[in-house]
Amino acid sequence: MARTVWDSSVGKKTVMAVSGLIMLSYLVVHMMGNLKIFFGAGEFNEYAHWLRTVGEPFMHYEWTLWLVRIVLVVAVVAHGVSAYQLSRRDIKARPSKYVHKKPRASYATRTMRWGGIILALFIVWHILDLTTGTVHSGGFQEGRPYQNVVDTFSTWYGNVIYIVAVLAVGMHIRHGFWSAAQTLGAGSRTRDRALKTVANVLALLLTCGFLAVPVGVMTGVVS
Amino acid sequence: MKLTLRVWRQKNADADGAMSTYEVDGISSDMSFLEMLDTLNEELILRGEDPVAFDHDCREGICGACSLVINGDAHGPERTTTCQLHMRSFKDGDTIDIEPWRASAFPVIKDLVVDRSAFDRIIQAGGYITAPTGAAPEAHATPVPKPDADFAFEHAECIGCGACVAACPNGAAMLFTSAKINHLNVLPQGAPERETRVLDMVAQMDDEGFGGCTLTGECATACPKGIPLVSITSMNKEWLRATRKVKR
Ligand code: HEM
Ligand code: SF4
Ligand code: FES
Repeated sequence: MARTVWDSSVGKKTVMAVSGLIMLSYLVVHMMGNLKIFFGAGEFNEYAHWLRTVGEPFMHYEWTLWLVRIVLVVAVVAHGVSAYQLSRRDIKARPSKYVHKKPRASYATRTMRWGGIILALFIVWHILDLTTGTVHSGGFQEGRPYQNVVDTFSTWYGNVIYIVAVLAVGMHIRHGFWSAAQTLGAGSRTRDRALKTVANVLALLLTCGFLAVPVGVMTGVVS
Repeated sequence: MKLTLRVWRQKNADADGAMSTYEVDGISSDMSFLEMLDTLNEELILRGEDPVAFDHDCREGICGACSLVINGDAHGPERTTTCQLHMRSFKDGDTIDIEPWRASAFPVIKDLVVDRSAFDRIIQAGGYITAPTGAAPEAHATPVPKPDADFAFEHAECIGCGACVAACPNGAAMLFTSAKINHLNVLPQGAPERETRVLDMVAQMDDEGFGGCTLTGECATACPKGIPLVSITSMNKEWLRATRKVKR
């Protein structure tokens, strides 16, 4: 009778919450790292190099980085697949709409699915742009991330894609962090306000922190 | 008052339905919403037409039979059951849309009546305690801490109406299922089946084709008994605990 974790709607949602929180913790660290760009090309490029040598001498060159990348890929796939399967299920469970329509739920809540799709597309674009350089504007230089970032945010589309994605992240975290707490059974009546506040603060910090970089390039602070 | 009603009419489970428009006059603001529909039905019968089928039983807000989506809200604009909604919530000349609960797990039987037996099967999967039957035991034989008793009572208030499912954009039955699980899982009487109850009831809920929770909170807003959204959080917690404890 009982279903396995992966078969159960509550189980899949748990997978989503855990993978979402893993990605969220990564984003916080990623955002803080990005802000080092304001300390100049030397420090930023050195930081990027350090990311490849973390854990040495125990770890070999780039081992830690690849470990993080693997965890993230697993998280993105697990999150995306469960989101897709749960959404399919949800749509099937409510096939006919009401004739009398009402505006429902908050904007952040209603945009989780579209926001997620935007994020998935952005993740692909972002890696092709600044990690592999495949779609990079101007000559992509391995090991010179400072210049690469400046190049990206010197094109209008580079800015537009990035800003849309960052706003989507903010919205996604706003509903997602609080949701994950409920899914994992960590929410309660007394903790609800605190959790919502933390969700809003996290969403705001991530949005502003990530936006600071393109704004820095556009205003010439970073060049 | 005089009202225009737009009512979902559907001959049977297989037929296509549509909204039909009716005018009703002479409605008093003291009437309940169901009495207003009775007035319409009397006229329809006199005219030789098929009366509108809708579910109702106690008409005092305790049985959970009544089930109408009124102007897009399950049980209408007040936080109460359809039978306890009064016409003073509307004004003369209003147009009111009346639709059945919508969810694939609640198929329409006729007009505004839906089949809610999926809820019965969720209860059968674990919404009971294996207690010896016979004379009622002394009330103080099994001590229950006051906060636990309050928690159980709050969830025991669920009347199984299904408004939570009707309001949920995913047709999820999480609020109902969580109310039933939390009610019994917190009590010493419910302890022997604490783990199997939550695992089996959640599995049955999935089997019935209800959707999943995206925490929009529409269910708790619609619930006439004020079952809170955080009930679902408590159920998730019980489910995770049971999953860790029970290996099968
Ligand atoms: C691959 C792209 C993504 C897709 C398709 C996606 C989609 C979704 C969907 C549909 C939900 C459920 C919304 C709801 O319950 O209302 C969700 C929840 C969530 N997402 Fe994402 N998302 C993606 C990327 C991300 C990223 C990058 C993060 C990290 C910052 C993240 C963090 C979360 C969290 C924490 C939740 C809450 C989990 C829960 O409801 O228990 N998501 N996501
Ligand atoms: S939780 Fe509320 S809305 Fe859902 S069935 Fe119970 S009483 Fe009705
Ligand atoms: S008819 Fe019993 S609750 Fe409305």
